Amino acid sequence: MSAFSAIDEDREIDPEEYTPGIEPQATWCPGCGDFSVLKALKQAMPEVGRTPEEVLTVTGIGCSSKLNSYFESYGFHSIHGRSLPIARAAKLANPDLEVIAAGGDGDGYGIGGNHFIHTARENHDMTYIVFNNEIFGLTKGQTSPTSPKGHKSKTQPHGSAKDPIRPLSLGLTAGASYVARTAATNPNQAAEILAEAIEHDGFAHVDFLTQCPTWNKDAKSYVPYTDVQESDEFDFDVTDRKEAAEMMYEVESKLYEGEVLTGRFYVDEDRPSYTEEKQATGEMPEEPLAEKYFDEDSEWKRSYDLLEHHT
Amino acid sequence: MTAHELIWRIAGGSGDGIDSTSQNFAKALMRAGLNVFTHRHYPSRIRGGHTYVEVRAKDEEVTSRGDGYNFLLSLGDSFARNPSEDAYYGNEELKPLAENLDELREGGIIVYDTGLFDEEDVAELNLEERAEENDWHVYPVNLREIAREHGRDVMRNTAGVGVTAALLDMDVSFFEELIRQNMSGDIQEDNLNVLEDAFERAEEFEHTHDLTVPTGENEQELGLMNGSNAIAYGALDAGCRFIAGYPMTPWTEVFTIMSQHMSEFGGIAEQVEDEIAAAALALGASHTGVKAMSGSSGGGFALMSEPLGLAEMTETPIVLIEAMRAGPSTGMPTKPEQGDLEHVLYTSQGDSNRVVFAPAGIKEAYEQTRLAFELAYDYQLPAIVVYDQKIEGELRSIPIDFFDREPDPDVGQVLSEEEITEAAHHESGTFKRFDAEAEGGVSPRTVPGQKGGRHLTSGNETNAYGHIDEDPDNRVAQMARRMGKLDSIREDLDEKESSNQAYRGPEDAQYGIITWGSQQGTVFEAVDRLNENGQAVKALGVSDLMPYPEAEVTAFLESVEEAVVVEMNASGQFKGLTQKELGRFGDKLSSLLKYNGNPFEPAEIVDGFEAIVGDDDAVPGDSTTFVPAAGD
Repeated sequence: MSAFSAIDEDREIDPEEYTPGIEPQATWCPGCGDFSVLKALKQAMPEVGRTPEEVLTVTGIGCSSKLNSYFESYGFHSIHGRSLPIARAAKLANPDLEVIAAGGDGDGYGIGGNHFIHTARENHDMTYIVFNNEIFGLTKGQTSPTSPKGHKSKTQPHGSAKDPIRPLSLGLTAGASYVARTAATNPNQAAEILAEAIEHDGFAHVDFLTQCPTWNKDAKSYVPYTDVQESDEFDFDVTDRKEAAEMMYEVESKLYEGEVLTGRFYVDEDRPSYTEEKQATGEMPEEPLAEKYFDEDSEWKRSYDLLEHHT
Repeated sequence: MTAHELIWRIAGGSGDGIDSTSQNFAKALMRAGLNVFTHRHYPSRIRGGHTYVEVRAKDEEVTSRGDGYNFLLSLGDSFARNPSEDAYYGNEELKPLAENLDELREGGIIVYDTGLFDEEDVAELNLEERAEENDWHVYPVNLREIAREHGRDVMRNTAGVGVTAALLDMDVSFFEELIRQNMSGDIQEDNLNVLEDAFERAEEFEHTHDLTVPTGENEQELGLMNGSNAIAYGALDAGCRFIAGYPMTPWTEVFTIMSQHMSEFGGIAEQVEDEIAAAALALGASHTGVKAMSGSSGGGFALMSEPLGLAEMTETPIVLIEAMRAGPSTGMPTKPEQGDLEHVLYTSQGDSNRVVFAPAGIKEAYEQTRLAFELAYDYQLPAIVVYDQKIEGELRSIPIDFFDREPDPDVGQVLSEEEITEAAHHESGTFKRFDAEAEGGVSPRTVPGQKGGRHLTSGNETNAYGHIDEDPDNRVAQMARRMGKLDSIREDLDEKESSNQAYRGPEDAQYGIITWGSQQGTVFEAVDRLNENGQAVKALGVSDLMPYPEAEVTAFLESVEEAVVVEMNASGQFKGLTQKELGRFGDKLSSLLKYNGNPFEPAEIVDGFEAIVGDDDAVPGDSTTFVPAAGD
């Protein structure tokens, strides 16, 4: 018998279950794009049939990382840039959990960039939502890894000399098996993409454009946007790595020319998740490791059985 | 200096099989009925560079390397980059002979491989003259020729063992048995032939020495193992089934042993992108209900600072292992030092709230690793085991019954779903995870996936439900609860039947020596000798670094007139800690320090102590530094 009866509970789920009783109202600035992520996630969850107690949301630091303060689930609000290694270990320890990691563009593409690359590379079966507002918001408006070249801020008074990072291309190259971009201004698409990302068996990377009305006023609020899947203008195969790469390059470049292109850019349903890969090499138990500690009948090997080669 | 011991030193280049040969040699002596102890000296390279291992064997427990040694098997460095004398680093090929002579005792034996050394180079060492002065007995043997005749050059080490066995009149069957166990096919056959041939040839030599191997009989079955084995086995027996790490010398060995056994033990081992990730993974696994660990050495451990603080704030149990090496920065990667004490005690922002143990040897490493897990999970905080390359690589013979213990998979106060229904919740259904009023300061936890247990966990200061809260009263209540756990742990440790601190020497001694961690065995041997020399001195070896064993150290210091703190660093970190914790004794405590990359030898402590208490102005030794007590 499982020690985790919240998992795979079969019942109707009310989206309001995801609104916490302790902090129901988020303290984000009025007009902040983060509200849309929260709303889209609350909408997506009942759709994928997961209850608050089988979900672990791990966040980093920043406005966006306060997501799990306003989203009822098991939440781990961690430290700047480190949501992914915490999240993926939780997934390894208990693969039955629905694990969602989230944070901002500085958190994921800057300080946590190394973890982003390696978590995508390993293709853990989890969802990573990056709130991309092209700015450091909580620390009051510094240039971020996705700020456009020439972006002026208190820490880049002469304008940033750096080209922005290309997050979708980076996710693809690193090994993410689902890569999409959506925008706060497109709530229906956002909820659909999040539901798809959660259901995807592998590392799903969602770059979520979230306008910052306080510190990034000059930037657009990501309207008008185009859904590349709905538009006749774009024709590419999301399962083809090369076509996806070209499309991503165009999408990333266009953003800084004022054209907001969203949608799914890469979907690989065939790539085994890390859990599957690791189980195939015999390096991971078939039963969730977390269950072992609750099961009184578990067998515990001991080091005494290893001493033969020492004598 | 005791006569009834053999200290055999095999010297060569990295890649000449020094490690494996010395392990087999030690094991053969152990099987022959002796207690053994090894000391390893090696450079940070894959091939070449002078390396040696000492095997010390006695008919009684051995807890330290000896002073010098009495048998040198010098293979020469067959991987020397540039075997020319004019090379920048000198004649590297010859170093395994040239650089080992100073510490060879009077009456000692030298065997060297004439197949590798140039006779002219050897002549320049004035070996003959020095041998005469020191009563050394020199046996040049063409080991390479013997190895080539029956197999390959690399079997020179086996040939050297054969010669050793013949010169010391040892039973060669123990070596044959090990070759049969560890090798197979042609390699086994060739090595057996090399061994036999070398043994027979050396039996024909005219033996001019008196040195023999002590004889003994072990009452219990012994196993040969090092501190890395002990830490790994302690962790496995503590129910640890998740490890994440990144390679770094000397921590790598624990990581390797754990990774090799994890799947058969039903757990998960992860090699990850960096040490920040490694510690963060351990946290993530532990948060999900699994017993988890990580570890590193100095620089890698520095990267773990932030996840370590996160574990303190979120009250997530984890065990971290820190294998010290000489710093700062990259320092001397393969050399031992105790310079990371303050690093492990205080790294990460805010007030430290962790358990730190520094085991003194192999049994202690096993026990204290188990204890680290127990306390980490019972009290929901990080526990660190700090050791160094000395404990990592030293092999010792240990009665294997010591490890005949039950595993401990207890994860502390993690509620079952049934218990959760009885536990306190917010009216909205959120579990009350961080109850400021919790009994003993430990607020029971739930883990993701459990029904009724949902809550938030945060690196921010939080209220009882894990939500960010900066209210001053809440802050004080939560801080006091978390910090108070260390007091409870101290009480637990003080009430235990056996203390982690160890004592040696007469209780009423006038003088004291205090040390911590890996130097304990050496200090104890020095104390025995000092008492034999007529000094009245006793020693205290400390393992509990946080929470500090205030009562035990106070009692010890109050009972002596003066005490010398022996540690392997330059700034006297443990002495500083002692004064900080006890707030006094500054005028009683002097320091004997060593930080040249080699651990203390017993004689250095004997000499140092005699110079210090004898009010001698002389520096106690070339390799050690003396810092007087305040006011002296």
